[in-house]
Amino acid sequence: PHTGPVESKNEAAMSELVPEPRQKPVVPMKPMGINANLLGYIGIDTIIEQMRKKTMKTGFDFNIMVVGQSGLGKSTLVNTLFKSQVSRKSSGWNREEKIPKTVEIKAIGHVIEEGGVKMKLTVIDTPGFGDQINNENCWEPIEKYINEQYEKFLKEEVNIARKKRIPDTRVHCCLYFISPTGHSLRPLDLEFMKHLSKVVNIIPVIAKADTMTLEEKSEFKQRVRKELEINGIEFYPQKEFDEDLEDKTENDKIRQESMPFAVVGSDKEYQVNGKRVLGRKTPWGIIEVENLTHCEFALLRDFVIRTHLQDLKEVTHNIHYETYRAKRLNDNGGLPPMTVETEENHESNL
Amino acid sequence: QNEGFRTLSLSGHVGFDSLPDQLVKKAIKQGFCFNILCIGETGIGKSTLINSLFNTNFDDPASIHFLPSVQLRAQTYTLQESNVLLRLTIVHTVGFGDQINKEDSYQPIVDYIDAQFEAYLQEELKMKRSLPSYHDTRIHVCLYFISPTGHSLKSLDLLTMKRLDSKVNIIPIIGKADSISKTELQEFKNKIMSELVSNDVQIYQFPTDDETISKANTIMNGHLPFAIVGSTELVKIGNKMVRARQYPWGIVEVENENHCDFVKLREMLIYTNMEDLREQSHARHYELYRRCRLEEMGFRDIGPENKPVSLQEAYEAKRHEFYFELQREEEEVRQRFVQRVKEKEAVLKEAEQQIQTKFEHRMLMHQEVKMKLEKKKKVLEGEIAMFLEKKANAELLQSQASVSTPVVSLKRDKDRK
Repeated sequence: PHTGPVESKNEAAMSELVPEPRQKPVVPMKPMGINANLLGYIGIDTIIEQMRKKTMKTGFDFNIMVVGQSGLGKSTLVNTLFKSQVSRKSSGWNREEKIPKTVEIKAIGHVIEEGGVKMKLTVIDTPGFGDQINNENCWEPIEKYINEQYEKFLKEEVNIARKKRIPDTRVHCCLYFISPTGHSLRPLDLEFMKHLSKVVNIIPVIAKADTMTLEEKSEFKQRVRKELEINGIEFYPQKEFDEDLEDKTENDKIRQESMPFAVVGSDKEYQVNGKRVLGRKTPWGIIEVENLTHCEFALLRDFVIRTHLQDLKEVTHNIHYETYRAKRLNDNGGLPPMTVETEENHESNL
Repeated sequence: QNEGFRTLSLSGHVGFDSLPDQLVKKAIKQGFCFNILCIGETGIGKSTLINSLFNTNFDDPASIHFLPSVQLRAQTYTLQESNVLLRLTIVHTVGFGDQINKEDSYQPIVDYIDAQFEAYLQEELKMKRSLPSYHDTRIHVCLYFISPTGHSLKSLDLLTMKRLDSKVNIIPIIGKADSISKTELQEFKNKIMSELVSNDVQIYQFPTDDETISKANTIMNGHLPFAIVGSTELVKIGNKMVRARQYPWGIVEVENENHCDFVKLREMLIYTNMEDLREQSHARHYELYRRCRLEEMGFRDIGPENKPVSLQEAYEAKRHEFYFELQREEEEVRQRFVQRVKEKEAVLKEAEQQIQTKFEHRMLMHQEVKMKLEKKKKVLEGEIAMFLEKKANAELLQSQASVSTPVVSLKRDKDRK
């Protein structure tokens, strides 16, 4: 329990300039952990319901970014994920339109509701990525955009009079689309993920996976995983952020076996065995998007939406955003830092 | 909230309706904090009420009446029910209302509440912070115990509540309400509420914006202040053991809604509004504290030319200021140090001089003594030389005399003779 700010040499000097914090009254605290014996039901577990109701009332924000060369099915996949036209598909570049000289960032937001839960979903598209002849540094506009959202949030957080709910435009999840070459990752893929895995949660997906057989898929995935490991690229869920053993076992399985998800997207429905399913019709059969034997779309959907959505947001807020914030506050004005950071003695902004 | 965002309809089940569950699951992992502040005169039943509310016997010794000033005593307990872990902190005032001069009675309470806000603010402003694992000690609710006089609020009550209403959620309750009859009670409640209103004391209103609970909360708002009876004793009624107080004229049952408002308080405090109390403390009271504190320190959102000034810039300016101040002070200290060194040097030099003079003096003395001794030595040597000479002469004479006669018999003859 805190009884006052941690004292340090420089903080003591600082308090002469800053108005002295009021004298703290002597409050003797008994040590924590005295497990009180419950003589009957109290009802503190009702707080769960109270919390659930409140969150349903306020609604949720979710911002997902898709990155990959054009034609890899990014928009289709996002529309399939959220079962609605959240992303407008580009019809390719025809002669009248100009190919963008640099990577563009296009954010489109929609409100969707399900089961009483309101979600403000923003899909951030990155047309032009990897489409140039010279793609050097094409990740820079993307990194810039992501940092700009952190900066926006920081500015709001640091205001004296703060909004009750700071609008969250930070990118919670970045789906990176890998071409199903069957060989290995391209240099562009590695460069992008190396730079961006430190600022945002990256989930690599193998696009248009209907061009690979099961064996090819499995081999490709293994190779991709290995390459990512060799290059020190930590994709989401990152090992270092596993909170407990339960998380670790669950996430280990996903990291080492399922990811990267090999997906197929579609917004067309077909009749298969008397059921309407989303799929792609080919001369040799109908590829059912939500059939786990055909592709791993359902795994991706469950992972991103049904189990890890809140965690994606929390890792973004508690880790990526905090890293940005700490770096930003440290670089302020180039003035020499005031205290040397030790284990328990962290520099205060005051 | 959703300006400019089109609403889309879904063509199938996506699955994000599990979001509240995901969030709740994470919250359960972290555990919850709930902090209650009980203000009331000594002996009004604060501890008993807490024990009754949480159905536990918290170890809490009774306090005496003779403390010179109001103090606060905080204790933290860990309670678990199904998978919910609650870190409950109970803060009691000790000695409230006991002093002869009660002018400063509220100050320690205000200071305590502010100190918890301050600690949170400090954490929030740190460069490397860990808010998710921070043990939140900010007060979420204040149970203010009113004495069951039956007349009206005491001036101390009004004064204290007025000081606290912008810092904490206040729920006024009447302690030891079994000493008031039912008719007197309603009049008493009305009087109290009208006094609070006329003095513009903002007590906590149970929220009425959620349809599921607004009806219940509105009714409860009308029952304030809650008339409470607490008991740590169990009495057998029918075939059950219930919390009650046994009098010669009858038994007052704590959980009987006809006898007192304990059940209402428990429902409001724990079952219905615990989360809202926590939210209000953070979103309203803490934000107000933070705003005032930062303004106090000279930070502004709008600069002198009415242009928005970021906290960053203000902070940078302050940092500059501080840095120069620090340099100036460092210079001052250095000067003072140099001065002291000079003074000390002078003192030492003088001491050195003194020692030198003494040394020279001693050397001189030593020389004199040495010379004296030398003289004496010479004299002695002279005497020794003379003595040796005499001895040599004597021996010579003796040897000359004893050449003719044997020395031994002559000596014997001489001795015989």
